[in-house]
Formats: sequence, C-alpha cells, structure tokens
Amino acid sequence: MRQHKLGLCKTHFLEWLPQQTERFITKYKMFSRADKVLVAVSGGKDSLALWDILNEAGYQADGLYIGLGIEGEQNYSERSLRFSQRFAEARGLKLHTVDIQREYGSSIPEIAERTPKGDEKPCAVCGVSKRNIMNRVARQHGYDVLATGHNLDDEAAVLFSNTMHWLGNYLQRQSPVLEAAHPGLVRKVKPLFRFYERETAAYALLRGIDYIYEECPFSVGAKSIYYKEILNRMEADRPGAKLIFYLSFLRARETGLFAEPQRTTGELSTCPNCGQPTASPDLCAFCRMVAA
Amino acid sequence: MSATIILRDQEFEIKAGQTVRSALSKLEIPNEAVLATREGELITDDEIIERNDVIKLISVISGG
Ligand code: SF4
Ligand SMILES: [Zn+2]
Repeated sequence: MRQHKLGLCKTHFLEWLPQQTERFITKYKMFSRADKVLVAVSGGKDSLALWDILNEAGYQADGLYIGLGIEGEQNYSERSLRFSQRFAEARGLKLHTVDIQREYGSSIPEIAERTPKGDEKPCAVCGVSKRNIMNRVARQHGYDVLATGHNLDDEAAVLFSNTMHWLGNYLQRQSPVLEAAHPGLVRKVKPLFRFYERETAAYALLRGIDYIYEECPFSVGAKSIYYKEILNRMEADRPGAKLIFYLSFLRARETGLFAEPQRTTGELSTCPNCGQPTASPDLCAFCRMVAA
Repeated sequence: MSATIILRDQEFEIKAGQTVRSALSKLEIPNEAVLATREGELITDDEIIERNDVIKLISVISGG
C-alpha cells in the first residue's frame, strides 16, 4: 500500500503530486481542460495548493473566497482574505469574493446566534451558507464544476464521523465526485482527496505558497480534529490505514453495501427567495437563517 | 550534544544524533500531524538531527 511520498526529493515530490492529481482527475472523471472550474479558496494550504496545481496544469480555474465575518484574536476572515488575494494577484488569477456581512447584513456568528442550529458553534450555519453561496456563484458565472481542497485526512475524518453515527444518507453521498442531483445544482469535486494532509502541506511549503497558518477560532475542539487524531494514531501503527479506510469504503459502496433508501428523499423545489434548489417546500435553509 | 524542537509556542530540548522520527516519538508528537523544517527547509523523518539544530515543526492538521 502506498504511503507517504515525503521521502522523495523536492524536485520529484513537486512533480509527483500534480501528476497524481491529474491522474485522479481523469480516473474519477472530474473535469477536463474544456471545463470552467471554480475553486473554493479559504486562504489555507489545501485550497491554495489545489488552485496552484490546476493553474499550473493549464486548467481554467478561478477562485471563490467567501468572507464569513469571523474575527477572533487573529482577525481570521480578514487575514485569510488577504492570503487569497495575494495568491491570486501574484499569478494574475481571477478571484470572486462574497462578503456575507455586506451582502446579507450579518456575519456567520451573528446569523448563528439567531438560529437554534447555531447555539454552540456557528459551524452548521457556516456550512449551509458556504454551500448555498458556492452554488449560487458557480451558476451565476457559468462554471461547470466546483472544486474544493478536501484531502484524505478530511475525508477519512468525515467518514469516521458518519460511520460512528451510521448516517446512511451521508454515507450514500460522501464522495470525491458529487454529481448534480438537480439542474440548479453544480457538480462538486475534490481533486486532492487521495493525498494525506501532510502531503498537501508539504506541497504548499515546497512551492512557497503563502497560506494562513492559523485556523478559524471556532475549529478549536472540533470533532473533526479529534477524529483526525484518532486516525493518525492508527496510521502510526499501521501505515496506510487512513487510505485503506477511505478507499475500502468507496469500494464497498460501489458494490452495493449502502442501498438507496426505499423512498427517494423527495423532489427538490425552488427557493422563492434565492432561486436555488432546496428540499424544503418554502424558503431554503440558508434564506430561512438569514431572514431569522 | 543537544538540539531544539519548536512546536508553536513550545520548545523541547532533545538529544542530537537521532532521527526526526525518533525525536518525535520520544516527545509523543504524532509525526502524521507535523512537518519538520530546519532553516526554513523541509526535512524528512529519516534526517539525523545535528548538534545545535533548531527544528521547527509545522502543524498540518486543519479542522472545522
Ligand atoms: S470552523 Fe466552523 S465556523 Fe470556522 S470556518 Fe469551519 S465551519 Fe466555519
Ligand atoms: Zn434560498
């Protein structure tokens, strides 16, 4: 089982990682050079590494930065925006930015305070908002596909969590490629899903990519970090454990381990406010939150 | 015969002449969670830590 390629010298590592990315983009039929790709960038190592790889490989990849209005001691949102802008400017790339506070009148923490979902941490609210905005911007500007920087460690941690709670619906859908289930939804792909977090970090470092090292202040004590630590302990004892965990899951699903639920999860309707697809009969979850 | 390992605001004194891997394992720092650098250059887990080296660890786990 392949494990880290961090033993490679700098030159070879910087060739190997983009080549592998290309291989997975093709193998999983993510997109081609004819497609317009929108990369969700946070200013962190993974999303900037992904944008760098796609750009170097000649894909048409623009960026989207979503300003969450999260301050904390480090002024997280403002700083991560600056990292993203500097990256784009240095390479002459196009970066779309959406400032939630400016466009919707309140920041993520403020929206969260008004929502029952967000009483402890704003993460659920944040996730719903990011998904809504990413899809809206991608559709508005005619992008064929949305790409996020999720790496193997991220995916394995989510899988761990979904499995711990036996969330059949989520397990059915967790995938490196999410086909558009509705004409109003844009496909989503995760081209870095086969790389260890350590590898994407090494790529960013070796390429001299300046990324935000600090984390969102709300990620402190996140369950996902706890799961990553557990998985890392397994990886230390059995190198390759994370990759086996995730790839065996994909294979198991392909061979029918998770059956489609009997009744389809209901037709999607259109949100009367933002016009995006939603499972609810009236306003979508995002617009309900903003309106609260 | 010692060297230093830095992780965020923590500093650890370690013995020189051992690999990065062995130093990390003695400090109980999971090597999956960090990358080691010396003078700004990435080094591998098999690298031998020399006397007076200052090894800076970069945390790679992101969450949320
Ligand atoms: S940690 Fe939570 S609030 Fe912060 S960016 Fe991630 S999901 Fe949003
Ligand atoms: Zn809506």
